[in-house]
Parts: sequence; structure tokens; C-alpha cells
Amino acid sequence: MIVFSLEAHVELSADECGSSAHKDPSSSGPRPTSSFTQSPAARQPTSLEQLEEEEAKDSFDVDVSVTSPEKIGDGMNAYVAYKVSTRTSLNMFRSKTFFVRRRFSDFLGLYEKLSVKQSLHGCIVPPPPEKSVVGMTKVKVGMDDPSSVEFVERRRAALERYLQRVVSHPSLLQDPDVREFLEREDLPRAVNTQALSGAGFLKMINKASDAVNKMTIKMNESDTWFEDKFQEVENEEQQLRKLHAVVDSLVNHRKELCMNTAVFAKSMAMLGNSEDNTALSRALSQLAEVEDKMEQLHQEQAASDFFIFAELLADYIRMLGAVRGCFDQRMRAWQRWQEAQSTLQKKREAEAKLLWANKPDKLQQAKEEITEWEARVTQYERDFDRIGMTVRKEVLRFEKEKAKDFKSQIIKYLESMLQSEQRWFPEWLGYWALGIGKGKPCCVTTSDNSAHIVFQDT
Amino acid sequence: NLLCPGARCGANLCRLMSIRSVSVDLNNDASLLIDIPDALCERDKVKFTVHTKTTLSSFQKPEFSVPRQHEDFIWLHDTLVETEDYAGLIIPPAPPKPDFEGPREKMHKLGEGEATMTKEEYTKMKQELEAEYLAVFKKTVQVHEIFLQRLSSHPILNKDRNFQIFLEYDQDLSVRRKNAKEMFGGFFKNMVKSADEVLISGVKEVDDFFEQEKTFLLDYYSKIKDSTAKAEKMTRSHKNIADDYIRISSLMYQQKITRILIYTHIVVTMSFVSLQKVEGRVASDQELKLTELLRYYMRDIQAAKDLLYRRARALADYENSNKALDKARLKSKDIPQAEEHQQQCLQKFDKLSESGKKELTSFKGRRVVAFRKNLIEMAELEIKHAKVRSSIQLYYICFIMCTNELQYAWGICKILCEQI
Repeated sequence: MIVFSLEAHVELSADECGSSAHKDPSSSGPRPTSSFTQSPAARQPTSLEQLEEEEAKDSFDVDVSVTSPEKIGDGMNAYVAYKVSTRTSLNMFRSKTFFVRRRFSDFLGLYEKLSVKQSLHGCIVPPPPEKSVVGMTKVKVGMDDPSSVEFVERRRAALERYLQRVVSHPSLLQDPDVREFLEREDLPRAVNTQALSGAGFLKMINKASDAVNKMTIKMNESDTWFEDKFQEVENEEQQLRKLHAVVDSLVNHRKELCMNTAVFAKSMAMLGNSEDNTALSRALSQLAEVEDKMEQLHQEQAASDFFIFAELLADYIRMLGAVRGCFDQRMRAWQRWQEAQSTLQKKREAEAKLLWANKPDKLQQAKEEITEWEARVTQYERDFDRIGMTVRKEVLRFEKEKAKDFKSQIIKYLESMLQSEQRWFPEWLGYWALGIGKGKPCCVTTSDNSAHIVFQDT
Repeated sequence: NLLCPGARCGANLCRLMSIRSVSVDLNNDASLLIDIPDALCERDKVKFTVHTKTTLSSFQKPEFSVPRQHEDFIWLHDTLVETEDYAGLIIPPAPPKPDFEGPREKMHKLGEGEATMTKEEYTKMKQELEAEYLAVFKKTVQVHEIFLQRLSSHPILNKDRNFQIFLEYDQDLSVRRKNAKEMFGGFFKNMVKSADEVLISGVKEVDDFFEQEKTFLLDYYSKIKDSTAKAEKMTRSHKNIADDYIRISSLMYQQKITRILIYTHIVVTMSFVSLQKVEGRVASDQELKLTELLRYYMRDIQAAKDLLYRRARALADYENSNKALDKARLKSKDIPQAEEHQQQCLQKFDKLSESGKKELTSFKGRRVVAFRKNLIEMAELEIKHAKVRSSIQLYYICFIMCTNELQYAWGICKILCEQI
């Protein structure tokens, strides 16, 4: 056994590590200028400072996990059921720990319900992972081959992250559909999930954008926060797509490396067999063994590349699409308000005309319509302001989550690389030691620029 | 020098050693020392400066240098192969032609893709390619040097007249090269092609030693050729990964991405830069040690096979001369000529067998020693990489987790990165 210790030459700071105190400068913009009466039901804070305080109070009272994929049924009607387990301290749930079985279309159904309701309020609803006909067909045929295993694992992990994002969102957690999803034993099957394939989701987002682009009246923003932020979001999405493409390439190259290393190891073993000098033959065979172990390490690294890094990027590309979506919702709300205002204007003009034409009963109707539309205008203006507030709050929250997520995932990624390196080192050390005729190394300590190795007495 | 004898000892693994591509076991006889201290790369042509230091009186001066091209080396090699007297020797394999095609193609592709990259990315990739160019250059110099050093350490070949001309003649050799081509043309190549058939068609082998050698070398050659190809693929994968890390680190460095990571971005970017540097190093060191080792011995074994071919041909000639003698005796015509011819063939064959046995035995010993040495050096390089990689990453992670002091992180990361 090799004991490997590395002395770090860094003074580890005793401070608590945390970066949540950093304020993103662009988010501390001016206070919302529109006035509205605070309805008792809505907990809308009036300032962004209050907003941050509220966020800090949120603690994670709900913990969900998605595990144990199981193939149910056979042939083309087969599907995979996942175990969704919840652990919570909140009283609104039926107990502290419980679990249910859900299939992929159930998750899509949840998303559909949430997006219909919540996006109207400007909420960023986390999007679920994409459908994959190819992937599922393979699984239906047989769940045992490596590509099916990888597909199911990828989906399971993505579904877990999806649910975790949903329950960590304070408003979504309160939604009865979410509770039902987590708790209810017999969930009615979701229909109409065709729209929610990867392509379908994108289509939905783009349709909303198109509607916004077709708007003839240009919005005059006194507060440039929304415009600037939207531009930022678009840019970021672009950057992430580029990065994701390269990470994808990294994943593929790493997989190739695995294959090439395995093939090379076999070739080395054969060369070792051909070699007639016994010592050299042994050396070559041992090299083949070391390379075999390297292949395993490369496999693990490939998994890290993919599950930690690539999927993180893929998730956030989808999330940024959702963020764009809620900006578009706000524009629609503005559009509704503007349209109502112009309708009101038309009604007033019509009333004026009727006044002049002296038709009393029609005049009464016109007056009623004016009242109705005045109320609508007020309502839509309120809605617009409220959506603006929500969008702002949501984006702030999203950015915080994103920063935390990226930081923790990238650290995890680098750590996984570090771990595999630490296993790489003893393999080569052992090989080298055997090559120079020493027994197995039994203790290695390194410091600064040198390493001290103690060998077993042969 | 790395380990003192005895069971318990310390070792300094992190010394930077200048990496020789293939350590070949040579008896460094000080009477004739040859090296290639520098070379010039002009477009496609590489001009090597061959420097000789000698105590032998057969040379005009004790120390001198001449410029030589790759084609001159090939001329020397082919001339030696064609020399009848050396038929029983293993002629060191000719150095391969300098091949800048790989990096050149990549440079071309890089130029085409310049518009789609950031300036950062482009600069980094260009630097990597320049390093690759340099590596190819370094490799080709070493391989040409080893060829000459093998010759100078061979007791018979180092006395060859053409070898001396190669080392000493201060005009260029193009006239001689042309003459040689006209004389030999493709003769040698044709011989090799048919030689394969001669060997495989199973000329009856009387000597156990050669029978075993034949079987061994044919089998070993095909296996080492296979290993070489697979090692090359493995090395290429490492290079691809290094290139990916370059692109990742330059994308992360851009403003919009780094906004996500706020204060940790510089540290994280440097992590990826270090990953890339190390992956790149692994690729090039692996190339130099492992792949080049396999390639070199593949060529060397081919040279040993050539010796077997020549001996097999001599055996075939001898058997034909026997048949001719029998025929002459039958016809009672030209018997003395046939007898003489038969004797000559027998002598030639015996001479080849005797020197061939010596050569193949010493070749085996040399091969085993050199292989072992290179494998150990390769293991040392891998250890160096792993250690450097882990310590760099450990430092980075410590910083990410424990401090937000931007200037510290930046400064120390820079220092650590330069250490690689």
C-alpha cells in the first residue's frame, strides 16, 4: 500500500468561505417607479434591499432525490419509473419523509402545469430535460448495454437537478401541483407532452419572442435595467453554447482516449508475449497493466467531464431560455396594457361622437363600456408592474443560484481530476520502482520540489 | 544518479531533465565523437550541422563541422546497404524524412478558423502549434544524430570510406547522390520486395539459431508495428484534449462567462490553463519516449530482418549453385567454373552467417537494455506530470475555497503556472 501525502504550501485562511455578500452592481438599480397598492396576499417587497433580506431567510426545508430507475413493462410500451424521495421539515406535506414512483412524462406534465400558471407572473420556471426518442427506444429494447445505462443515468441526474431547482424556488414550492407531484400516490397520466420535446420547448420560447418582435409600438423604458439585462442574458446564452460545444468535444476526445488506451494496452501485452527476453517481457506486460488502469481513470474522467461540466452548461443554456421567456411575458403584459389603453381611447372617442349625435341609450352603454375598460387598464397596469417586480426578483435570485452552482460544480470537477491524478501517481511510481529493481514503494512523502520514497526491502 | 544502492533511499524526482527522445545504448568511444549541435529549418528543408571530434589519424583535422541535408543521410545509408562487404551486418536504419506535415496542416486550419476564434484563443493555439513544430524539429535532429552515432560506434562501419566522406567533405554531396541514384536506382527496393517472398517461401534453414531468429523477428516486427500505430493514436488523443482545454480556458477568460464566477474566475481559468499545459506535456513527452521508442525499434528490427533476407538470398544462391554444379557434372561441361562459383557462394553464405549471428546476438542485448532504460525514463516523466498536476490543482482548490483575495490568487497562480 502506498501512503501519499502532499503538504500544501498555502496558509489556509480560517475565514468562512462564502461569496454571497457580493452585490452584482447591475442589479442594484433604481427602485421601481410605478406605484401600486400592495395586496395583502402578495409578499412583494418594495425595495431590492428588502428583496435580498427575504432571499437570505430562505432555507432549504425540502430535499428531493430521484433514484432507482426501473424498467416497467416490455417492448414498445415499456417505460422507466423513477423513485422520487422527499425529505422535509415543512408542515404542508403529509409526512417528514416519503416517496412516490414517477415516469418521465409525469415530470414533463408538471412542467407544463407550472409554466402555464407561473410564467404569466414572470416566474422563471426551470425547464425539464429533453425528450429523446432515440435514447428511449434503446432502453425499451434493453436496459443493459452501456449506452442505455449511460442514457438512463444521464436522465435520472437531470430529473433530479430539475426537481431540486423546482423545490428550491420559494413560489413554486407553494404551488399545489408541485405538492401533488411529490406526494400523490396515483398521479393521473400527463397527456399532450408532445409539445415538450426539446424542439417543442424551443419553439414555444421562440414563438413568444416572435410575438414580441412583431410589436409595432416600441416600449419606452425609463428604466433601462430590463433592456440591459435582456441583452446580457442573450449574450450569456451565446457564450455558454460556445463553451458547451467545446466541452462536448472534450468529452468525445476523452472517450477516444479511453478506447485508444485500452487498445494500446492490449497491443503492449501481445508485444510482451512475443518478447523472448524474460525481464523485458515482464516489463512490457506490466506496462500493459498500468495502461489498463490508466484507461479506467480516463473513463472516470470522461464521466466527470460529462456529468459535472457538460450537463451544467446544458442545464444553464436551457435555463437562460426560460429567463428570456419571462422577459417576453413582461413584454406581453405591457402589450396588453397598451392595447387596453388604446381600446379605452377608442371608446371615449365613440362616446364623444354619441354625445354629439344625441342617442341616450347607446350613450349609457358607451359609458358602461368606458368604466369597464378603465378598470381593465388599471388592472393591466398593475399586472405589468407586478410582473416587472417579479421578473427583477427572479433574475436576481437566478443569478445568485447560477453563481453558486457554477462555482460548486467547477470545484467538484477540478476535485475529481485531482483525485484521479492521485491514483495515477502511485501506478507509475510502482512501475518505475519495479523497473529499477526495487521492491514496491511503501511510503511517499513530497514537499516543495522533492519526493522521498521508502521501498519495501526486497 | 537517481537512486543510490540499498533498500532505503531518497530520490529527487522533480529535476528537470532534458528529454532525449530515445536513449540508445552506445559505447561512447572517445576516438570518434559525432553530434548535431544545431540545425536550420528553411521552408521544407532542414540543414543539419554535423560536428565531429576525433583522435583518429584517418581524418584530416581533429575537429570539424559540415552542413548536411536529409538526402545526404539517405545516400550514406543506401551506400552502406549496397556494400557487399557489409551484407552480414545490421545497418542502422535510415532516419525518417523530417515531417512537418502535421503541424503545418494544423497551422493552415488555424488560419482558416481565425475569424471564429477570440484573439486570446488564436494566440494560444498558435503558441501550441509553434511548440509542436519545435518538437518535430527536435525529434528529427535527434534521430539523425542517433544514426550517425550508431555508425561511429560500430567497429566495422565506422571505418567506412563513405562515412568518412560524409563527415569530412566540405562541399555538398549532391553530385555523389546523383551518381549513386543512377547506379543503384530502385535496385535495393526491389530486392527488399522480393526478399519477403524468399524468406516466407521457406528456404530450408539448417541452422537452429537463424530459424528461431527468423520466427521471432517476423512475429515481433508485426507486433511492434501494431503497438507503434496504437501508441500514436493514444498520443493524438492527449493532444486533442490539450487543445480542447486551450479553447475552454480562453472562453472562460472572456468577460461574460467570468461574470458568472465573479472572483473565482481567474483562479479557475488558470486551473484550466494548467490542465492544458500538462495534457500537452503528457502528449509530447509520451510521444518522445514511448511512441518514438517503438518507432525506432520497429525500424531497427526491420534492419535486422534485412540482414536475414540477405542471408536467405545468399543461401538461395548457394543452393542454386549446388544445382548448377550437379547439372555441370551431369553434362560434364564447365565443371571448374561451377565448382568455383559454388565455393564462392558457400564462402559468402558462411561469412554472412558468422557475422550475422554475432550482429543479431549483440543487437538483442542492446535492444533489451535500451528498451528498459526508455521505459524507466517514461515512467519518471509520468510521475513528474502526475505530481505537478496534483499539486497545482490542490493549490487552486485551496484558493477557490478559502480566499477571495484577488491579488493573492492572481499572483500565486501565475507563479504556479510558470513552474510547470
